[in-house]
Amino acid sequence: MQKYSIFSLVKNAFSNHENWEVAWKDPEPKSEYDVVIVGGGGHGLATAYYLAKEHGITNVAILEKGWIGGGNVGRNTTILRSNYMFDANSHFYEFGMKQWENLSQELNYNVMYSPRGIINLAHSDAQMNAYARRGNAMRLNGIDAVLLGREDLKKMIPFADFSDTCRFPIHGGLMQPRGGTARHDAVAWGYARQADAMGVDIIQNCEVTGFDVQNGKIQGVQTSRGSIKAKKVGLCVAGSTTLLADMLNMRLPIEAHVLQACVSEPVKPILDHVVTFGAGHFYCSQSDKGEMVMGGDLDGYNSYAQRGNMPMIQHVLTGGLAVFPNFSRLKMLRTWGGIMDMSMDGSPIIDKTHIDGVYLNCGWCYGGFKATPCSGWVFAHTIAKNEVHELNAEFNLERFHTGRIIDEKGVGPKPWIG
Amino acid sequence: MLEIKCPYCGKRSQNEFSYGGDGNIKRPALGAEISTKDWDDFVYFRDNPRGRHTELWHHVSGCRQWFKASRDTATHEIFSTCKMNEDFNE
Repeated sequence: MQKYSIFSLVKNAFSNHENWEVAWKDPEPKSEYDVVIVGGGGHGLATAYYLAKEHGITNVAILEKGWIGGGNVGRNTTILRSNYMFDANSHFYEFGMKQWENLSQELNYNVMYSPRGIINLAHSDAQMNAYARRGNAMRLNGIDAVLLGREDLKKMIPFADFSDTCRFPIHGGLMQPRGGTARHDAVAWGYARQADAMGVDIIQNCEVTGFDVQNGKIQGVQTSRGSIKAKKVGLCVAGSTTLLADMLNMRLPIEAHVLQACVSEPVKPILDHVVTFGAGHFYCSQSDKGEMVMGGDLDGYNSYAQRGNMPMIQHVLTGGLAVFPNFSRLKMLRTWGGIMDMSMDGSPIIDKTHIDGVYLNCGWCYGGFKATPCSGWVFAHTIAKNEVHELNAEFNLERFHTGRIIDEKGVGPKPWIG
Repeated sequence: MLEIKCPYCGKRSQNEFSYGGDGNIKRPALGAEISTKDWDDFVYFRDNPRGRHTELWHHVSGCRQWFKASRDTATHEIFSTCKMNEDFNE
C-alpha cells in the first residue's frame, strides 16, 4: 500500500495526481470466507480492520448493499465524546476516545480529529447538581470533565442568549474538553483502505438476502451476487438490523427511527466547541468548512425512509434560535436523515446470538459514530475469540431479560421520546 | 409534513399529533400467570417492519383521543386510521 505523506503528495504532484493507487479494490466475491461482515459502514469496516490487524484474520469479506460509508457513517454530525455516567458506557466510550487520539496516525489517513470540547448547557440549579454528579462520575472513571459557570460560558459562547428573560437562562454547563469532532467520511475511507491492504474484500452493491443455517450453526449467506460460505457472520447494519434479524427468526428490542440533521451555509469561524442545548432539543458545532452542523430529536415515529419531515427540522431550529439568536440569518444548505437502530434502553448490543457463528452489533441509537473504533475493536474480539470482551460484556442481549439494562437517560422503553 | 386523519376530527397536520408506538402490543391480562420472559417480551421486544406498520397516535393538540393508524414505514404513506375499538376499513 502506498503510504500517504508530504513526500508522496509532492511525488504525485509531478504526475498531475494521475498515478495514485486506488484506496481500496473492487473484488468479485469469493465462494468462501472465514468471516463475513454484513454492512460496510464505519462499524463494519472497523471490525474488518481489527479482525485483520489484532487477530490476523484476513480471509474476510465486507458485504455492503450500497456503497461503503453511504449509511449512517456518512449521515451523522461527527461528534465524539465519552461523557457518560454508567460504568459500562464510560469504560467503553473512553476506550474509544483513546483510539480516536491516534486514529489518523494508525490509519495513515487524516480523520481530522478535533478535540474542541463538548459543552452541555444547564439551565437550573438542579441541572447543575446533576451535571456535577455526572462530571464526578466521569472523573472517577478517569475521563476529563469540567463544570462551567455562567461567566465562563459568556467568554466561550458570547453570542448565546444570556438575557434574564429567556425561557432557559444559561446557568452553566458540563464540558468534556477532549470531546469534539472528526471527519466522518475519512473514518470510513481510512478503515476501508487499511482493511483492503491487509486482504479484506470490500464488496459493494451486494445485498444479503438470506442466511444458510444448519443445526443451529451458520454456513453462509445468500446475496444478490450469489451464495457465499462463511464460518462466521457479523451483523453491522444499524438501522436495517431488524430486516436481517427477521431472516434469522430473531426478535430484537430495536425500533427503526429517522433522525434528521442539517447544515447551514458556511460562515466564518464563530463557534469553537460542540454545544448541546438539551432543553431545546438542539446541538451544534461548526465544521472546518464553516457550516453550522445542527441536529436534535428523532422525528418520532418508526421509519426506514432515510428522510424526515419539516416539522421536526422546525422544532429543532426553533430551539437552536432560542439559544443562538444570531443564527436566525443563516441560510440552510441541506438537511438529511438516517435510520437509527433505537434500542429499548438507549445502549448498544454487541453480543453472540442463539445461532452459532452469528454475531450481533446494533442498537446504537443516536451515538454510533463516536463508537466506530471501539465498536469495531470489541466486535472483532467477540468474533475472533467467540466470546465477549469485558468492554462489551454488559452490552449483551440477555440484559432485557435479566433486568440489567443500561438506561443512561432513564426514559424507559420508548425510543421516540428524546 | 404528514397529514393524519384523526377518526374523530378529520385530516390535520402532523404537528397536532404525538406518536404512541407499535399498535399490536397486547398487555398480558391482569392477574394472568405469565413467565418473566413473556413479560420482558411485552415490555422490550417489538415488531419493527419495513413497510406496513400498525401503530398508535394521539391527537394531543386536538380532541386528545388515541387512535390506530396503518402506515408504511418506508414511504410514510398512511393507508388508514380507525378508532381504538375498530378495525381498519380498507
